[in-house]
Amino acid sequence: MRPHPRLAAAALLPLLTGCTGPQSALDPQGPNAASLAWLIWTFTAVCGLVWLLVLLTVGIALWRRRASSGAADEPLRPESATERRKQGVVIGAVVATVLIIATLTLMSFVATRSLTASSGEPLTVRLRGYQWWWEVTYTADSPDRFVTAANEIRVPVGRPVRLELSSGDVIHSFWVPSLAGKQDMIPGRDNVLTFTAERPGSYRAQCAEFCGMQHARMALVVIAMAAPEFESWLDAQRQPAAEPADEEQEAGRQVATGKACAACHTIRGTRAAGTVGPDLTHVGSRQTIAAGTLPTTRGALGAWIADPQTVKPGNKMPMVPLSADELRAVSAYMAGLK
Amino acid sequence: MRAVAIAGLAALLAAGCQREERDLRLDPPVTAALDQVAPMANAVGGAPPDVLGALGEPYEGNAYNLSEGKRLYSWFNCKGCHADGGGASGPALLDGWWRYGSDPVSLFVTLRDGRQNGMPAYGDKLTTEQIWQLVGYLRTVGVSSASFAAPSRNDEMQSRPAENRAPASAELGTPPSR
Ligand code: HEC
Ligand code: HEC
Ligand SMILES: [Cu+2]
Repeated sequence: MRPHPRLAAAALLPLLTGCTGPQSALDPQGPNAASLAWLIWTFTAVCGLVWLLVLLTVGIALWRRRASSGAADEPLRPESATERRKQGVVIGAVVATVLIIATLTLMSFVATRSLTASSGEPLTVRLRGYQWWWEVTYTADSPDRFVTAANEIRVPVGRPVRLELSSGDVIHSFWVPSLAGKQDMIPGRDNVLTFTAERPGSYRAQCAEFCGMQHARMALVVIAMAAPEFESWLDAQRQPAAEPADEEQEAGRQVATGKACAACHTIRGTRAAGTVGPDLTHVGSRQTIAAGTLPTTRGALGAWIADPQTVKPGNKMPMVPLSADELRAVSAYMAGLK
Repeated sequence: MRAVAIAGLAALLAAGCQREERDLRLDPPVTAALDQVAPMANAVGGAPPDVLGALGEPYEGNAYNLSEGKRLYSWFNCKGCHADGGGASGPALLDGWWRYGSDPVSLFVTLRDGRQNGMPAYGDKLTTEQIWQLVGYLRTVGVSSASFAAPSRNDEMQSRPAENRAPASAELGTPPSR
Protein backbone atom coordinates (compact mmCIF):
# COMPACT_ATOMS: atom_id res chain seq x y z
CA MET A 1 0.00 0.00 0.00
CA ARG A 2 1.29 3.41 -0.92
CA PRO A 3 1.49 5.95 1.90
CA HIS A 4 -1.12 8.72 1.65
CA PRO A 5 0.27 11.62 3.70
CA ARG A 6 -2.60 13.95 2.76
CA LEU A 7 -5.19 11.39 3.69
CA ALA A 8 -3.45 10.80 7.00
CA ALA A 9 -3.33 14.54 7.72
CA ALA A 10 -7.01 14.87 6.84
CA ALA A 11 -7.86 11.98 9.15
CA LEU A 12 -6.09 13.75 12.01
CA LEU A 13 -7.94 17.05 11.44
CA PRO A 14 -11.18 16.05 13.26
CA LEU A 15 -9.08 15.59 16.40
CA LEU A 16 -8.72 19.38 16.51
CA THR A 17 -12.44 19.75 17.25
CA GLY A 18 -11.56 18.42 20.69
CA CYS A 19 -9.80 21.73 21.37
CA THR A 20 -12.97 23.82 21.65
CA GLY A 21 -16.49 23.22 22.89
CA PRO A 22 -18.16 23.31 26.31
CA GLN A 23 -15.62 21.02 27.97
CA SER A 24 -12.06 21.89 26.96
CA ALA A 25 -9.07 23.04 28.95
CA LEU A 26 -7.69 24.54 25.73
CA ASP A 27 -10.67 26.87 25.34
CA PRO A 28 -10.55 28.77 28.64
CA GLN A 29 -13.52 30.94 29.67
CA GLY A 30 -12.16 32.40 32.89
CA PRO A 31 -8.86 33.59 34.41
CA ASN A 32 -8.12 30.35 36.26
CA ALA A 33 -8.61 28.17 33.22
CA ALA A 34 -6.64 30.72 31.17
CA SER A 35 -3.60 30.53 33.44
CA LEU A 36 -3.76 26.73 33.27
CA ALA A 37 -4.07 26.79 29.48
CA TRP A 38 -1.06 29.09 29.31
CA LEU A 39 0.85 26.63 31.48
CA ILE A 40 -0.12 23.72 29.21
CA TRP A 41 1.07 25.55 26.08
CA THR A 42 4.35 26.75 27.66
CA PHE A 43 5.19 23.29 28.96
CA THR A 44 4.36 21.73 25.60
CA ALA A 45 6.50 24.26 23.72
CA VAL A 46 9.52 24.02 26.04
CA CYS A 47 9.42 20.25 26.30
CA GLY A 48 8.86 19.94 22.54
CA LEU A 49 11.89 22.09 21.86
CA VAL A 50 14.05 20.10 24.26
CA TRP A 51 12.89 16.87 22.67
CA LEU A 52 13.80 18.15 19.20
CA LEU A 53 17.24 19.28 20.40
CA VAL A 54 17.96 15.94 22.04
CA LEU A 55 16.94 13.99 18.94
CA LEU A 56 19.03 16.30 16.78
CA THR A 57 22.08 15.77 19.02
CA VAL A 58 21.63 12.01 19.02
CA GLY A 59 21.35 12.05 15.24
CA ILE A 60 24.53 14.12 14.84
CA ALA A 61 26.43 11.93 17.28
CA LEU A 62 25.46 8.75 15.46
CA TRP A 63 26.37 10.23 12.12
CA ARG A 64 29.74 11.55 13.27
CA ARG A 65 30.61 8.34 15.01
CA ARG A 66 29.95 6.42 11.84
CA ALA A 67 31.94 8.91 9.75
CA SER A 68 34.99 8.75 12.03
CA SER A 69 34.99 5.08 12.95
CA GLY A 70 38.52 3.77 12.77
CA ALA A 71 41.43 2.79 14.93
CA ALA A 72 41.98 6.42 15.98
CA ASP A 73 39.42 6.07 18.79
CA GLU A 74 41.22 4.33 21.56
CA PRO A 75 38.74 4.26 24.47
CA LEU A 76 41.38 3.52 27.06
CA ARG A 77 43.62 6.41 26.03
CA PRO A 78 41.41 9.42 25.41
CA GLU A 79 42.76 12.57 23.88
CA SER A 80 42.61 15.30 26.45
CA ALA A 81 41.28 17.94 24.01
CA THR A 82 38.19 15.97 22.89
CA GLU A 83 37.72 14.79 26.45
CA ARG A 84 37.54 18.36 27.69
CA ARG A 85 35.09 19.27 24.95
CA LYS A 86 32.83 16.37 25.93
CA GLN A 87 33.01 17.42 29.55
CA GLY A 88 31.94 20.92 28.58
CA VAL A 89 28.93 19.58 26.67
CA VAL A 90 27.81 17.37 29.57
CA ILE A 91 28.17 20.15 32.14
CA GLY A 92 26.31 22.55 29.85
CA ALA A 93 23.48 20.04 29.40
CA VAL A 94 23.18 19.45 33.16
CA VAL A 95 23.05 23.18 33.88
CA ALA A 96 20.45 23.72 31.15
CA THR A 97 18.32 20.86 32.51
CA VAL A 98 18.41 22.20 36.06
CA LEU A 99 17.56 25.71 34.89
CA ILE A 100 14.69 24.61 32.67
CA ILE A 101 13.14 22.32 35.28
CA ALA A 102 13.50 24.94 38.01
CA THR A 103 11.82 27.58 35.81
CA LEU A 104 8.95 25.25 34.87
CA THR A 105 8.45 24.25 38.50
CA LEU A 106 8.34 27.87 39.57
CA MET A 107 5.86 28.74 36.83
CA SER A 108 3.64 25.85 37.78
CA PHE A 109 3.82 26.86 41.45
CA VAL A 110 2.91 30.49 40.75
CA ALA A 111 0.07 29.51 38.43
CA THR A 112 -1.47 27.02 40.87
CA ARG A 113 -1.16 29.48 43.72
CA SER A 114 -2.98 32.14 41.76
CA LEU A 115 -5.91 29.71 41.42
CA THR A 116 -6.97 30.11 45.04
CA ALA A 117 -6.66 33.91 45.06
CA SER A 118 -9.91 35.71 44.41
CA SER A 119 -10.80 39.35 44.16
CA GLY A 120 -14.15 40.57 45.45
CA GLU A 121 -16.82 38.97 47.63
CA PRO A 122 -17.14 35.35 46.42
CA LEU A 123 -20.36 33.41 46.09
CA THR A 124 -19.98 30.30 48.25
CA VAL A 125 -21.52 27.12 46.89
CA ARG A 126 -21.27 23.70 48.51
CA LEU A 127 -20.90 20.79 46.17
CA ARG A 128 -21.23 17.28 47.54
CA GLY A 129 -20.59 14.22 45.42
CA TYR A 130 -22.63 11.03 45.71
CA GLN A 131 -22.64 7.87 43.66
CA TRP A 132 -23.52 9.13 40.97
CA TRP A 133 -24.91 12.62 41.23
CA TRP A 134 -24.08 16.04 42.69
CA GLU A 135 -25.80 17.93 45.47
CA VAL A 136 -25.48 21.70 45.11
CA THR A 137 -26.16 24.05 48.04
CA TYR A 138 -26.11 27.82 47.54
CA THR A 139 -25.19 29.40 50.85
CA ALA A 140 -26.47 32.71 52.17
CA ASP A 141 -25.99 34.84 55.28
CA SER A 142 -28.37 32.64 57.27
CA PRO A 143 -28.88 28.89 56.92
CA ASP A 144 -32.63 29.21 56.42
CA ARG A 145 -31.93 30.99 53.15
CA PHE A 146 -29.70 28.21 51.82
CA VAL A 147 -30.98 26.60 48.63
CA THR A 148 -30.38 22.97 47.76
CA ALA A 149 -30.53 21.72 44.18
CA ALA A 150 -28.72 19.07 42.15
CA ASN A 151 -26.68 18.32 39.06
CA GLU A 152 -26.43 21.91 37.86
CA ILE A 153 -24.52 24.94 39.19
CA ARG A 154 -25.58 28.42 38.18
CA VAL A 155 -23.13 31.25 38.76
CA PRO A 156 -23.11 34.99 38.10
CA VAL A 157 -20.72 36.18 35.39
CA GLY A 158 -17.67 38.06 36.67
CA ARG A 159 -18.09 37.17 40.34
CA PRO A 160 -15.66 34.69 41.93
CA VAL A 161 -17.28 31.45 43.00
CA ARG A 162 -15.92 29.58 46.01
CA LEU A 163 -16.83 25.90 45.71
CA GLU A 164 -16.64 23.90 48.93
CA LEU A 165 -16.20 20.31 47.81
CA SER A 166 -17.05 17.26 49.87
CA SER A 167 -18.21 13.71 49.36
CA GLY A 168 -20.98 11.62 50.85
CA ASP A 169 -19.52 8.22 49.99
CA VAL A 170 -16.37 7.56 47.94
CA ILE A 171 -13.75 9.82 46.36
CA HIS A 172 -15.02 11.90 43.45
CA SER A 173 -13.35 14.76 41.61
CA PHE A 174 -14.86 17.93 40.20
CA TRP A 175 -13.55 19.10 36.85
CA VAL A 176 -14.97 21.86 34.69
CA PRO A 177 -12.09 22.24 32.20
CA SER A 178 -13.32 25.47 30.58
CA LEU A 179 -13.33 27.28 33.95
CA ALA A 180 -10.88 25.68 36.37
CA GLY A 181 -8.59 22.78 37.18
CA LYS A 182 -9.53 19.50 38.84
CA GLN A 183 -10.16 19.24 42.55
CA ASP A 184 -10.80 15.99 44.42
CA MET A 185 -13.82 15.46 46.67
CA ILE A 186 -12.72 13.32 49.59
CA PRO A 187 -14.98 11.79 52.26
CA GLY A 188 -14.46 13.51 55.61
CA ARG A 189 -12.56 16.45 54.16
CA ASP A 190 -13.51 19.82 52.65
CA ASN A 191 -11.60 21.02 49.63
CA VAL A 192 -12.00 24.46 48.11
CA LEU A 193 -11.91 25.51 44.47
CA THR A 194 -12.30 29.10 43.34
CA PHE A 195 -13.10 30.17 39.80
CA THR A 196 -14.66 33.03 37.87
CA ALA A 197 -16.65 32.76 34.67
CA GLU A 198 -15.99 35.67 32.36
CA ARG A 199 -18.62 35.03 29.72
CA PRO A 200 -22.19 33.76 29.94
CA GLY A 201 -22.60 30.21 28.71
CA SER A 202 -22.95 26.55 29.67
CA TYR A 203 -19.84 24.63 30.56
CA ARG A 204 -19.79 20.91 31.07
CA ALA A 205 -18.15 19.36 34.11
CA GLN A 206 -17.45 15.71 34.77
CA CYS A 207 -16.45 13.56 37.71
CA ALA A 208 -12.74 12.97 37.17
CA GLU A 209 -12.02 10.23 39.68
CA PHE A 210 -13.31 6.73 39.05
CA CYS A 211 -16.07 6.21 41.59
CA GLY A 212 -17.91 3.08 40.54
CA MET A 213 -20.22 1.71 37.94
CA GLN A 214 -21.78 4.94 36.70
CA HIS A 215 -18.74 7.22 36.98
CA ALA A 216 -19.07 7.98 33.25
CA ARG A 217 -22.61 9.28 33.73
CA MET A 218 -21.75 11.66 36.52
CA ALA A 219 -21.70 14.98 34.72
CA LEU A 220 -22.80 18.47 35.67
CA VAL A 221 -23.44 21.72 33.84
CA VAL A 222 -22.10 25.03 35.07
CA ILE A 223 -24.28 27.81 33.72
CA ALA A 224 -22.89 31.34 33.89
CA MET A 225 -25.53 34.06 33.70
CA ALA A 226 -25.67 37.85 34.15
CA ALA A 227 -25.70 38.84 37.83
CA PRO A 228 -29.26 40.28 38.02
CA GLU A 229 -30.63 37.24 36.17
CA PHE A 230 -28.80 34.99 38.58
CA GLU A 231 -30.30 36.75 41.61
CA SER A 232 -33.84 36.36 40.34
CA TRP A 233 -33.18 32.74 39.45
CA LEU A 234 -31.89 32.10 42.97
CA ASP A 235 -34.97 33.76 44.46
CA ALA A 236 -37.16 31.47 42.39
CA GLN A 237 -35.21 28.41 43.57
CA ARG A 238 -35.76 29.50 47.16
CA GLN A 239 -39.53 29.15 46.73
CA PRO A 240 -41.27 25.88 47.66
CA ALA A 241 -42.40 23.57 44.85
CA ALA A 242 -44.95 24.87 42.35
CA GLU A 243 -48.57 23.90 43.00
CA PRO A 244 -49.96 21.35 40.54
CA ALA A 245 -51.45 23.15 37.52
CA ASP A 246 -54.13 20.57 36.73
CA GLU A 247 -55.73 17.36 37.93
CA GLU A 248 -53.12 15.14 36.36
CA GLN A 249 -50.30 16.95 38.13
CA GLU A 250 -52.29 16.82 41.36
CA ALA A 251 -52.49 13.04 40.98
CA GLY A 252 -48.76 13.05 40.30
CA ARG A 253 -48.09 14.84 43.54
CA GLN A 254 -50.08 12.15 45.36
CA VAL A 255 -47.79 9.53 43.83
CA ALA A 256 -44.58 11.40 44.56
CA THR A 257 -45.49 12.04 48.20
CA GLY A 258 -47.32 8.78 48.94
CA LYS A 259 -44.99 6.23 47.37
CA ALA A 260 -41.40 5.30 48.15
CA CYS A 261 -40.19 8.44 46.27
CA ALA A 262 -40.85 10.53 49.38
CA ALA A 263 -38.48 8.42 51.47
CA CYS A 264 -35.53 9.40 49.28
CA HIS A 265 -36.41 12.76 47.72
CA THR A 266 -37.28 16.16 49.13
CA ILE A 267 -39.92 18.28 47.44
CA ARG A 268 -40.09 21.43 49.54
CA GLY A 269 -43.65 22.44 50.36
CA THR A 270 -44.88 18.84 50.37
CA ARG A 271 -44.36 16.06 52.88
CA ALA A 272 -41.66 14.43 50.75
CA ALA A 273 -38.55 15.00 52.86
CA GLY A 274 -36.10 12.21 52.06
CA THR A 275 -32.47 13.20 51.89
CA VAL A 276 -30.68 10.35 50.16
CA GLY A 277 -31.62 11.33 46.60
CA PRO A 278 -31.49 14.64 44.69
CA ASP A 279 -33.79 17.48 45.81
CA LEU A 280 -36.68 17.54 43.32
CA THR A 281 -38.30 20.86 44.34
CA HIS A 282 -37.40 22.49 41.03
CA VAL A 283 -36.32 19.46 39.01
CA GLY A 284 -38.29 20.65 35.96
CA SER A 285 -36.20 23.81 35.74
CA ARG A 286 -32.92 21.92 35.36
CA GLN A 287 -31.44 21.16 31.94
CA THR A 288 -30.74 17.49 32.57
CA ILE A 289 -31.71 14.69 34.95
CA ALA A 290 -29.64 11.90 36.47
CA ALA A 291 -26.40 13.89 36.30
CA GLY A 292 -26.40 14.73 32.62
CA THR A 293 -27.83 11.41 31.47
CA LEU A 294 -31.08 12.67 29.89
CA PRO A 295 -32.53 16.09 28.97
CA THR A 296 -35.32 17.21 31.31
CA THR A 297 -38.39 16.53 29.21
CA ARG A 298 -41.62 14.94 30.33
CA GLY A 299 -40.85 11.89 28.21
CA ALA A 300 -37.36 11.48 29.62
CA LEU A 301 -38.67 11.88 33.18
CA GLY A 302 -41.21 9.15 32.45
CA ALA A 303 -38.53 6.85 31.05
CA TRP A 304 -36.29 7.48 34.05
CA ILE A 305 -38.94 6.93 36.70
CA ALA A 306 -40.33 3.86 34.92
CA ASP A 307 -37.00 2.08 34.76
CA PRO A 308 -33.96 3.85 36.20
CA GLN A 309 -31.86 0.67 36.13
CA THR A 310 -32.07 0.40 32.36
CA VAL A 311 -31.29 4.08 31.76
CA LYS A 312 -28.35 4.12 34.18
CA PRO A 313 -27.59 0.57 35.33
CA GLY A 314 -26.47 0.26 38.93
CA ASN A 315 -27.52 3.73 40.05
CA LYS A 316 -29.00 3.99 43.53
CA MET A 317 -32.60 4.73 42.55
CA PRO A 318 -34.69 1.55 42.47
CA MET A 319 -37.54 0.81 40.12
CA VAL A 320 -40.67 1.73 42.09
CA PRO A 321 -43.65 -0.25 40.77
CA LEU A 322 -46.20 2.21 39.33
CA SER A 323 -49.28 1.78 37.17
CA ALA A 324 -49.33 3.43 33.73
CA ASP A 325 -51.60 6.20 35.02
CA GLU A 326 -49.44 6.83 38.07
CA LEU A 327 -46.35 7.01 35.88
CA ARG A 328 -47.97 9.46 33.48
CA ALA A 329 -49.18 11.63 36.34
CA VAL A 330 -45.91 11.68 38.26
CA SER A 331 -43.86 12.58 35.19
CA ALA A 332 -46.29 15.41 34.37
CA TYR A 333 -45.92 16.67 37.94
CA MET A 334 -42.11 16.46 37.83
CA ALA A 335 -41.95 18.29 34.49
CA GLY A 336 -44.12 21.03 36.04
CA LEU A 337 -41.76 21.58 38.99
CA LYS A 338 -40.13 24.58 37.33
CA MET B 1 2.06 -33.80 25.65
CA ARG B 2 3.43 -30.37 26.43
CA ALA B 3 0.75 -28.71 24.35
CA VAL B 4 -1.91 -30.56 26.29
CA ALA B 5 -0.39 -29.46 29.60
CA ILE B 6 -0.27 -25.82 28.47
CA ALA B 7 -3.85 -25.96 27.24
CA GLY B 8 -4.91 -27.48 30.54
CA LEU B 9 -3.19 -24.74 32.54
CA ALA B 10 -4.71 -22.07 30.32
CA ALA B 11 -8.15 -23.56 30.92
CA LEU B 12 -7.47 -23.40 34.66
CA LEU B 13 -6.61 -19.71 34.32
CA ALA B 14 -9.92 -19.08 32.62
CA ALA B 15 -11.64 -20.10 35.84
CA GLY B 16 -10.36 -16.81 37.28
CA CYS B 17 -12.59 -14.94 34.83
CA GLN B 18 -15.72 -15.98 36.65
CA ARG B 19 -17.27 -13.04 38.46
CA GLU B 20 -20.17 -12.69 40.75
CA GLU B 21 -23.33 -11.71 38.89
CA ARG B 22 -24.96 -8.43 39.84
CA ASP B 23 -28.65 -8.44 39.18
CA LEU B 24 -29.36 -4.73 38.90
CA ARG B 25 -32.87 -4.91 37.59
CA LEU B 26 -35.61 -7.36 38.45
CA ASP B 27 -38.53 -7.70 36.07
CA PRO B 28 -41.70 -6.32 37.66
CA PRO B 29 -43.45 -9.74 37.80
CA VAL B 30 -40.46 -11.12 39.74
CA THR B 31 -40.67 -8.22 42.18
CA ALA B 32 -44.38 -8.85 42.61
CA ALA B 33 -43.71 -12.54 43.25
CA LEU B 34 -41.04 -11.70 45.82
CA ASP B 35 -43.71 -10.00 47.90
CA GLN B 36 -45.72 -13.25 48.15
CA VAL B 37 -44.55 -14.46 51.54
CA ALA B 38 -46.90 -16.71 53.47
CA PRO B 39 -46.28 -16.01 57.17
CA MET B 40 -47.89 -18.03 59.94
CA ALA B 41 -50.91 -16.62 61.72
CA ASN B 42 -48.75 -14.96 64.41
CA ALA B 43 -46.61 -13.28 61.69
CA VAL B 44 -43.52 -15.24 62.70
CA GLY B 45 -42.02 -17.82 60.36
CA GLY B 46 -43.73 -19.23 57.30
CA ALA B 47 -43.11 -20.07 53.69
CA PRO B 48 -40.82 -17.88 51.59
CA PRO B 49 -41.90 -17.02 48.04
CA ASP B 50 -41.09 -19.80 45.53
CA VAL B 51 -39.31 -17.34 43.27
CA LEU B 52 -36.59 -16.85 45.89
CA GLY B 53 -35.40 -20.41 45.34
CA ALA B 54 -35.74 -20.04 41.60
CA LEU B 55 -33.46 -16.99 41.71
CA GLY B 56 -30.89 -19.01 43.66
CA GLU B 57 -31.22 -17.33 47.08
CA PRO B 58 -29.52 -14.16 45.87
CA TYR B 59 -29.91 -12.08 49.03
CA GLU B 60 -27.61 -13.97 51.38
CA GLY B 61 -24.90 -15.30 49.11
CA ASN B 62 -24.33 -12.31 46.84
CA ALA B 63 -21.87 -9.65 47.97
CA TYR B 64 -23.48 -6.92 45.87
CA ASN B 65 -26.90 -7.46 47.43
CA LEU B 66 -25.31 -7.57 50.90
CA SER B 67 -23.58 -4.25 50.23
CA GLU B 68 -26.81 -2.71 49.08
CA GLY B 69 -28.45 -3.97 52.26
CA LYS B 70 -25.70 -2.41 54.31
CA ARG B 71 -26.13 0.91 52.51
CA LEU B 72 -29.90 0.85 53.05
CA TYR B 73 -29.35 0.14 56.75
CA SER B 74 -27.77 3.59 57.14
CA TRP B 75 -29.82 5.34 54.42
CA PHE B 76 -33.10 4.48 56.15
CA ASN B 77 -31.80 5.22 59.59
CA CYS B 78 -32.02 1.78 61.14
CA LYS B 79 -28.94 3.05 62.99
CA GLY B 80 -31.09 5.63 64.76
CA CYS B 81 -32.80 2.90 66.80
CA HIS B 82 -30.58 -0.19 66.49
CA ALA B 83 -27.16 1.51 66.41
CA ASP B 84 -24.62 -0.58 64.54
CA GLY B 85 -26.59 -3.68 65.43
CA GLY B 86 -25.76 -3.55 69.10
CA GLY B 87 -29.16 -2.07 69.90
CA ALA B 88 -30.35 1.20 71.43
CA SER B 89 -34.02 2.07 71.71
CA GLY B 90 -34.58 -0.90 69.38
CA PRO B 91 -33.30 -4.40 70.22
CA ALA B 92 -29.84 -5.66 69.30
CA LEU B 93 -29.66 -7.41 65.93
CA LEU B 94 -26.42 -9.32 66.30
CA ASP B 95 -26.61 -11.07 69.66
CA GLY B 96 -28.33 -14.10 68.18
CA TRP B 97 -31.54 -13.55 70.17
CA TRP B 98 -34.64 -12.67 68.17
CA ARG B 99 -38.06 -11.63 69.38
CA TYR B 100 -39.71 -12.47 66.08
CA GLY B 101 -37.43 -14.98 64.46
CA SER B 102 -34.40 -14.72 62.25
CA ASP B 103 -35.71 -16.72 59.32
CA PRO B 104 -36.13 -14.75 56.07
CA VAL B 105 -39.91 -14.62 56.23
CA SER B 106 -40.05 -13.30 59.81
CA LEU B 107 -37.48 -10.63 59.01
CA PHE B 108 -39.29 -9.69 55.80
CA VAL B 109 -42.56 -9.28 57.67
CA THR B 110 -40.82 -7.34 60.47
CA LEU B 111 -39.51 -4.83 57.94
CA ARG B 112 -42.50 -4.62 55.64
CA ASP B 113 -45.28 -4.48 58.23
CA GLY B 114 -43.45 -3.34 61.37
CA ARG B 115 -43.82 -4.83 64.87
CA GLN B 116 -46.15 -3.68 67.58
CA ASN B 117 -43.65 -2.42 70.16
CA GLY B 118 -42.15 0.35 68.11
CA MET B 119 -40.65 -1.10 64.91
CA PRO B 120 -42.02 1.11 62.09
CA ALA B 121 -43.38 -0.45 58.87
CA TYR B 122 -41.20 0.14 55.82
CA GLY B 123 -43.58 -1.30 53.21
CA ASP B 124 -44.29 2.11 51.68
CA LYS B 125 -40.72 3.41 51.96
CA LEU B 126 -38.71 0.52 50.57
CA THR B 127 -39.24 -1.53 47.44
CA THR B 128 -39.68 -5.27 47.82
CA GLU B 129 -36.20 -5.91 46.47
CA GLN B 130 -34.70 -3.49 48.96
CA ILE B 131 -36.48 -5.22 51.84
CA TRP B 132 -34.96 -8.54 50.74
CA GLN B 133 -31.53 -6.92 50.51
CA LEU B 134 -31.91 -5.73 54.09
CA VAL B 135 -33.09 -9.17 55.19
CA GLY B 136 -30.00 -10.72 53.62
CA TYR B 137 -27.79 -8.20 55.35
CA LEU B 138 -29.42 -8.69 58.77
CA ARG B 139 -28.95 -12.44 58.44
CA THR B 140 -25.20 -12.02 57.97
CA VAL B 141 -24.37 -9.39 60.61
CA GLY B 142 -24.63 -11.54 63.67
CA VAL B 143 -24.09 -14.99 62.27
CA SER B 144 -22.46 -17.75 64.20
CA SER B 145 -21.50 -19.71 61.09
CA ALA B 146 -19.13 -18.82 58.27
CA SER B 147 -20.38 -17.33 55.02
CA PHE B 148 -18.66 -16.98 51.65
CA ALA B 149 -20.08 -13.54 50.87
CA ALA B 150 -19.67 -10.29 52.77
CA PRO B 151 -20.67 -6.68 52.14
CA SER B 152 -18.14 -3.92 51.52
CA ARG B 153 -16.04 -2.85 54.47
CA ASN B 154 -16.85 0.02 56.82
CA ASP B 155 -15.52 3.48 56.14
CA GLU B 156 -16.04 4.46 59.77
CA MET B 157 -14.45 2.91 62.81
CA GLN B 158 -15.65 -0.61 63.57
CA SER B 159 -17.98 -0.70 66.53
CA ARG B 160 -18.68 -4.41 66.20
CA PRO B 161 -17.16 -7.46 64.50
CA ALA B 162 -16.91 -6.89 60.74
CA GLU B 163 -19.51 -8.73 58.67
CA ASN B 164 -16.80 -10.60 56.85
CA ARG B 165 -15.46 -12.04 60.06
CA ALA B 166 -16.92 -15.45 60.37
CA PRO B 167 -18.22 -16.54 62.70
CA ALA B 168 -18.97 -13.15 64.27
CA SER B 169 -19.51 -14.79 67.63
CA ALA B 170 -18.94 -18.36 68.67
CA GLU B 171 -21.76 -18.78 71.14
CA LEU B 172 -24.93 -17.01 72.20
CA GLY B 173 -24.54 -14.50 74.99
CA THR B 174 -27.01 -14.14 77.80
CA PRO B 175 -30.55 -13.46 76.62
CA PRO B 176 -31.47 -9.76 76.67
CA SER B 177 -33.94 -8.66 79.32
CA ARG B 178 -37.00 -7.04 77.79
C1 HEC C 1 -34.09 4.51 47.39
C2 HEC C 1 -34.14 5.91 47.10
C3 HEC C 1 -34.97 6.43 45.92
C4 HEC C 1 -36.30 6.21 45.66
C5 HEC C 1 -37.27 5.31 46.40
C6 HEC C 1 -36.62 7.04 44.51
N1 HEC C 1 -35.51 7.70 44.09
FE1 HEC C 1 -35.41 9.05 42.55
N2 HEC C 1 -33.40 9.14 42.78
C7 HEC C 1 -32.67 8.52 43.76
C8 HEC C 1 -31.27 8.73 43.51
C9 HEC C 1 -30.11 8.20 44.36
C10 HEC C 1 -31.18 9.51 42.32
C11 HEC C 1 -29.91 9.97 41.61
C12 HEC C 1 -29.57 8.92 40.59
C13 HEC C 1 -28.37 9.24 39.77
O1 HEC C 1 -28.40 10.25 39.03
O2 HEC C 1 -27.39 8.48 39.83
C14 HEC C 1 -32.55 9.78 41.91
C15 HEC C 1 -32.90 10.57 40.82
C16 HEC C 1 -34.20 10.94 40.51
C17 HEC C 1 -34.56 11.93 39.53
C18 HEC C 1 -33.57 12.77 38.71
C19 HEC C 1 -33.21 14.00 39.51
C20 HEC C 1 -32.12 14.82 38.92
O3 HEC C 1 -32.16 16.05 39.09
O4 HEC C 1 -31.20 14.29 38.31
C21 HEC C 1 -35.93 12.01 39.50
C22 HEC C 1 -36.79 12.91 38.65
C23 HEC C 1 -36.41 11.04 40.47
N3 HEC C 1 -35.34 10.43 41.07
C24 HEC C 1 -37.77 10.80 40.74
C25 HEC C 1 -38.20 9.78 41.57
C26 HEC C 1 -39.60 9.38 41.69
C27 HEC C 1 -40.76 10.03 40.97
C28 HEC C 1 -39.62 8.34 42.55
C29 HEC C 1 -40.82 7.51 42.99
C30 HEC C 1 -41.54 6.82 41.96
C31 HEC C 1 -38.25 8.10 43.01
N4 HEC C 1 -37.44 8.98 42.39
C32 HEC C 1 -37.88 7.13 43.94
C33 HEC C 1 -33.17 7.81 44.82
C34 HEC C 1 -34.47 7.36 44.92
C1 HEC D 1 -38.03 4.29 65.53
C2 HEC D 1 -37.03 3.34 65.89
C3 HEC D 1 -36.72 2.20 64.91
C4 HEC D 1 -36.26 2.30 63.62
C5 HEC D 1 -36.00 3.56 62.80
C6 HEC D 1 -36.04 0.95 63.18
N1 HEC D 1 -36.36 0.07 64.16
FE1 HEC D 1 -36.26 -1.94 64.05
N2 HEC D 1 -37.15 -2.11 65.87
C7 HEC D 1 -37.45 -1.06 66.71
C8 HEC D 1 -38.08 -1.58 67.90
C9 HEC D 1 -38.54 -0.73 69.09
C10 HEC D 1 -38.15 -2.97 67.75
C11 HEC D 1 -38.77 -4.00 68.72
C12 HEC D 1 -40.18 -4.22 68.29
C13 HEC D 1 -40.94 -5.18 69.13
O1 HEC D 1 -40.37 -5.80 70.01
O2 HEC D 1 -42.15 -5.34 68.88
C14 HEC D 1 -37.56 -3.26 66.46
C15 HEC D 1 -37.43 -4.55 65.95
C16 HEC D 1 -36.71 -4.85 64.83
C17 HEC D 1 -36.42 -6.19 64.37
C18 HEC D 1 -36.88 -7.46 65.05
C19 HEC D 1 -35.86 -7.86 66.07
C20 HEC D 1 -36.20 -9.17 66.74
O3 HEC D 1 -35.62 -9.40 67.80
O4 HEC D 1 -37.01 -9.94 66.21
C21 HEC D 1 -35.65 -6.07 63.25
C22 HEC D 1 -35.11 -7.20 62.42
C23 HEC D 1 -35.49 -4.67 62.98
N3 HEC D 1 -36.12 -3.95 63.95
C24 HEC D 1 -34.77 -4.16 61.91
C25 HEC D 1 -34.79 -2.81 61.56
C26 HEC D 1 -34.25 -2.30 60.32
C27 HEC D 1 -33.55 -3.12 59.24
C28 HEC D 1 -34.50 -0.96 60.32
C29 HEC D 1 -34.19 0.06 59.19
C30 HEC D 1 -34.85 -0.16 57.94
C31 HEC D 1 -35.16 -0.64 61.57
N4 HEC D 1 -35.32 -1.79 62.28
C32 HEC D 1 -35.53 0.63 61.93
C33 HEC D 1 -37.20 0.28 66.46
C34 HEC D 1 -36.79 0.80 65.25
CU1 LIG E 1 -16.56 9.48 39.39
